[in-house]
Amino acid sequence: MAEERRQKQCSVVLPTESMKAMAESVGVGQLQEESCIALSEEVSYRIKEIAQDALKFMHHGKRRKLTTSDIDNALKLKNVEPLYGFQSQEFIPFRFASGGGRELHFYEEKEVDLSDIINTPLPRVPLDVSLKAHWLSIEGVQPSIPENPPPATKEQQKTESTEPLKVVKPGQEEEGTIQGKGQGASAPDGKGKEKGLIRLKPRSTHELSVEQQLYYKEITEACVGSCEAKRAEALQSIATDPGLYQMLPRFSTFISEGVRVNVVQNNLALLIYLMRMVKALMDNPTLYLEKYLHELIPAVVTCIVSKQLCLRPDVDNHWALRDFAARLMAQSCKTFSTTTNNIQSRITKTFTKSWLDDKTQWTTRYGCIAGLAELGPDVIKTLILPRLTVEGARIKAVMEGSVVSNIDKIGAEHVQSLLLKHCASVIAKIRPQPDNVEQYRADYGYLGPMLCSHVVKARTQAALQAQQVNRTTLTITQPRPTLSVSQSGLSGSGGPRTPSIIKVPSSLTLMSPRPGTPSQPSPPATKYIVMGTSAGAASTQQVITLSSSQSASPVTCTVPSATSTLQPLVKLESGSGPGITTSRPLQKYIVVSLPSSASSSLEPKSSVLSTSISSTPLETGMKLERSESPGASTQSPH
Amino acid sequence: MAAVQGGVVDGKEEVSIKAEPQSDGTGTGDAADGTPPSASPGSGAAAGGGKAAAGAPEDQQTLLAVLQFLSRNKLSESAEILRREAGLPEDALEPKGTETSGSGPGGAGDVDGGDPASLLSRVTVCPAAAPALAKAGDDQPDVSVVLSAYSQQGDPALYQVYYRDLKKFIEMVLDCHRAELSQVFYPLFVHMYLELVYNNHENEAKAFFEKFSGDQECYYEDDLRVLSGLTKKEHMRGNETLLDFRTSKFVLRISRDSYQLLKRHLQERQNNQIWSIIQEHLYIDIFDGMPRSKSQIDAMSGSLAGEAKREANKAKVYYGLLKEPEIELPLDDEDEEAENEEGKPKKKKPKKDSMGSKSKKQDPNAPSQNRIPLPELKDSDKLDKIMYMKEATKRIRLGADNLPSICFYSFLNAYQGLTAVDFTDDSSLIAGGFADSTVRVWSVTPKKLRKVKSAADLNLIDKESDDVLERIMDEKTASESKILCGHSGPVYGISFSPDRNYLLSSAEDGTVRLWSLQTFTCLVAYKGHNYPVWDTQFSPFGYYFVSGGHDRVARLWATDHYQPLRMFAGHLADVTCTCFHPNSNYVVTGSSDRTIRLWDVLTGNCVRIFTGHKGPIHALAFSPNGKFLASGATDGRVLLWDIGHGLMVGELKGHTDTVYSLRFSRDGEILASGSMDNTVRLWDAMKAFDDLETDDFTAATGHIHLQDNSQELLLGTYMTKSTPVIHLHFTRRNLLLAAGAYNP
Repeated sequence: MAEERRQKQCSVVLPTESMKAMAESVGVGQLQEESCIALSEEVSYRIKEIAQDALKFMHHGKRRKLTTSDIDNALKLKNVEPLYGFQSQEFIPFRFASGGGRELHFYEEKEVDLSDIINTPLPRVPLDVSLKAHWLSIEGVQPSIPENPPPATKEQQKTESTEPLKVVKPGQEEEGTIQGKGQGASAPDGKGKEKGLIRLKPRSTHELSVEQQLYYKEITEACVGSCEAKRAEALQSIATDPGLYQMLPRFSTFISEGVRVNVVQNNLALLIYLMRMVKALMDNPTLYLEKYLHELIPAVVTCIVSKQLCLRPDVDNHWALRDFAARLMAQSCKTFSTTTNNIQSRITKTFTKSWLDDKTQWTTRYGCIAGLAELGPDVIKTLILPRLTVEGARIKAVMEGSVVSNIDKIGAEHVQSLLLKHCASVIAKIRPQPDNVEQYRADYGYLGPMLCSHVVKARTQAALQAQQVNRTTLTITQPRPTLSVSQSGLSGSGGPRTPSIIKVPSSLTLMSPRPGTPSQPSPPATKYIVMGTSAGAASTQQVITLSSSQSASPVTCTVPSATSTLQPLVKLESGSGPGITTSRPLQKYIVVSLPSSASSSLEPKSSVLSTSISSTPLETGMKLERSESPGASTQSPH
Repeated sequence: MAAVQGGVVDGKEEVSIKAEPQSDGTGTGDAADGTPPSASPGSGAAAGGGKAAAGAPEDQQTLLAVLQFLSRNKLSESAEILRREAGLPEDALEPKGTETSGSGPGGAGDVDGGDPASLLSRVTVCPAAAPALAKAGDDQPDVSVVLSAYSQQGDPALYQVYYRDLKKFIEMVLDCHRAELSQVFYPLFVHMYLELVYNNHENEAKAFFEKFSGDQECYYEDDLRVLSGLTKKEHMRGNETLLDFRTSKFVLRISRDSYQLLKRHLQERQNNQIWSIIQEHLYIDIFDGMPRSKSQIDAMSGSLAGEAKREANKAKVYYGLLKEPEIELPLDDEDEEAENEEGKPKKKKPKKDSMGSKSKKQDPNAPSQNRIPLPELKDSDKLDKIMYMKEATKRIRLGADNLPSICFYSFLNAYQGLTAVDFTDDSSLIAGGFADSTVRVWSVTPKKLRKVKSAADLNLIDKESDDVLERIMDEKTASESKILCGHSGPVYGISFSPDRNYLLSSAEDGTVRLWSLQTFTCLVAYKGHNYPVWDTQFSPFGYYFVSGGHDRVARLWATDHYQPLRMFAGHLADVTCTCFHPNSNYVVTGSSDRTIRLWDVLTGNCVRIFTGHKGPIHALAFSPNGKFLASGATDGRVLLWDIGHGLMVGELKGHTDTVYSLRFSRDGEILASGSMDNTVRLWDAMKAFDDLETDDFTAATGHIHLQDNSQELLLGTYMTKSTPVIHLHFTRRNLLLAAGAYNP
């Protein structure tokens, strides 16, 4: 590799065309080819010389960026008049022009009227240099203050998880723990012990400082709470704050457990909130998520393909959640798929398999297709297009058949529009221009004619605005993905409860388009308890009431705090244990029931996924206890 | 080559040895070429011979000859005993031994013809006799003369054949020799390429370069880049890198066995082209003993002109510390009293462990107190020393289990303009040099910076009053920082005087300026470097200072002389950093030629050359006991050197970018390094130096095995928030201060 580079160095010479162009610009026409070559070699050599000298100035200026002043100084060294009037800019907008068989890159300079410059008010004086002191380290321990970088960079998290065997150094070790003060004293002792060259796996600390516990509590409450503004702030914090990596295992468990519980409860709103948390985690550049994919991916996949995600599948727009989760999935495939974990191919296989199954319901079917479609045009081309005919026949059977449930019909419609939406653009690219309806019908069956019109539309649209749509994430018009759920149940006007509305900034319809069963009585309000922190005090459980709560089946999920011991043993206990109830007042226990009908068909698959995806062993033992009693029942002390 | 084979007896005929192979070349180049380049070794040899003849009586000559014989036959023990019996200095054997075999015919017995040993010794003789300084002295020879050395013609097409042939041979030799012989590749490659270019075989040169440049070691990449741009004879004029290559012989250290292999091969193949290059442009330092391993060679190579000759590092260096003048202490504390007796207190020098008895008598390695004249202590200096001693008693003992706290001073809103920082020894002031030509001084204590009153106002002061020193200050000017304007280019070096009255700054405009911290005005502009001055540094005792710059010369100045007292010439590229030895008798300079040189302030001689860095050196620091030197370079490595023995003793790997700052803790237990990679790292210096097996050093071969223990020595890594660390300083109580500009 180095060899190639060097050879390049050897041969880099300015093109003779440049010489000609420059000669012309100073009024020398008809420069001979030989002179051009000689000139270009000479000039290239001199430029290299100057660049080398300029580099010296950069090094001594303690910078990484070469500036124009470095070049000026290098020119001065050679007794050449420096070039005046050039200033370093962050971005030099070279313009490209071609014509007459020549290609030129040039720097566009406008003529400046001097009086303009004179008359413009002076710019604000830049801030003066000032000196500020902070502690970089206190007796070998780096305090976590804003002046210091976040405790562990992504690379460190990565090496930590991939190379667990190494001798711990203070500094690195302490960087791992935020609460530095208490550890200052113990750090040297620990090091002393390790002097015996015993290569120990660094003790992974699961203790969170009080601040972190509070933060975790606040964030999780806000993320699943009812206040949208608070949620936005919380998600923003998750997406941007450095140094969250210590809480990552908790977040990951929170999400996966939350999904598990709420899928069963068909609580669409909470599922959406949780998916938005996943999205925020993925957006955070300082987190090394690879370690937790085994928990997150099954949760996401569940949200894509679960048979039922909401209480009234005919009214609520669970489709948007599926779309959103599918995009998340595609994004994580893109970022995390490697040759070792093979996420993308495994996900693809999972989707395809359940899609091909005849007995798969329309909701799952929709999820599978959405999941596949989001993976990109290549996947659409190879996996979806060949099945259009079959799928078209199936849709036709539902649409034109007489005795079908309303739900099936809605499902089929959604699948149809989904297929049209995704396939049209791909077909527009791979199919030659004349779009013949009959041809389409022959190729794609029932969906053919509709496809044809969509393709035509896609083509015209593509011609109009080539680069408008970016469909990889939900981010379409806004910089941040927003998938908000507004709840109107609380207003409680006594009328029928408005279905959960999912706002998507794109043109997706948010409410279920058909006012199918308007007279359906609003379901009983449910109470969900999603979280419990394992942080010292046992009073951090939280009740989330989604609508004006009366009762029915309040569901609670507790994660009993292991009182700051190291293993975050996550338990879903059957709440009938009175002993526990008495010992911890104000707690609720959930009995997560997984009735066979409600559990999505994907459930087993995702668990398979979870075991195999984790390339790195889970450090924290996790145990799940489920009571298999159908019908969730809980008792709550309030 | 014929000349080399022929038996030559007299030292003076060395000249003819040198000249003859050149006369093989074309007639045109001969005249111009024969005289100047060979003049220096010739005269050097003559001088060396003369010295030996004058200095040593006849019997000593014989003794030396015997010693030489013994050592050649690997009877090192006997040689050692004889040497001790005869009371010869330790280094008598090496340099003089070679001289003997050159001048004293009896030494080797059969001098004529076949004996390879005498042959070889002769190869080493001429350059060895020419002291490094003689070479340094006649630098900048006439360019055309230098270049004309390349005029000898060979068939350009054959160059590749020659080179490939040699390459094949070296690949075929035994493993143990291969690494050593591979050293030849790079200098040969460069010289062959330059010959091709010089003789206008542009295309052949390009082809040659492309073909073989990939084989060269990666650490020569920078030089190869320069070389690759050079394709025309005209370019060779004025190209400094190239002149360096020609004027300085590339030094290789090769074991005797390996060298003989190479020589035999070249003779068999009649490969005159390569042989003449080796003779003219390479200096092969032959040693007896085991060939070195690849890692040993890699550790030492990388500089622009090959390794240092062993002779270059033989001179005696008085690295010990000067005895501190006794200062009457207020006897309020027993500890301080004890310290006073020991004579410990010292600028930059902490007390050493259990040195009580030693320090009473003169340290054998210390220079005599008046070796160079030092400024006399003023009353204020004595007061300061007392303060220092008081602080020293409160000093924290550092160690692997007791790491220092680090206080980081971030320069905000510096807009990438901070170029240099310095702290005063008592850590009360910080100075920063900036790219906008200004120097700013901050007070980091509550005490504000005040100017002295104007002359008119000073007249009004009651000079008899007790607080006259307080009265001369102008309260109105009190502020936390002051700006010093005067330079006309970026300020690259900055240094406080030990007494905190002065500040030095060096800048791109070629001047070094002395500022008064009483009046905050410029006192002197020292002109001498006509090019950017990269670094300047005060002596630990004040008065003297050293500066080094783009003109490749380091200069020693005294504050009251407008002209330099010494010029240290010898570096082949910019002098990038400078540092005074704690005893002020030596100055060390680091350079872009990737070597470090230690200069004797008294004589101006270069007494040590350290090679091993693979990039320009940007940081230097002496250990407080004066025995060791640490250096950091753009390659991100920190190397440790033993000054007395002139050897590399450690390598600290960990930084990923240029190391801009190095500092030992006051007791020398911890080495702190700051780098462009935004980290401060702490290293266990005690351990690094303790583990040394000092017995290795006496081995004549002069190479040691470096163990790769950087990870064990690294005590901590502290990331800053995108702030390159450009200066470090240990306070008198061993708190580490670091400074850098925040680059958002």
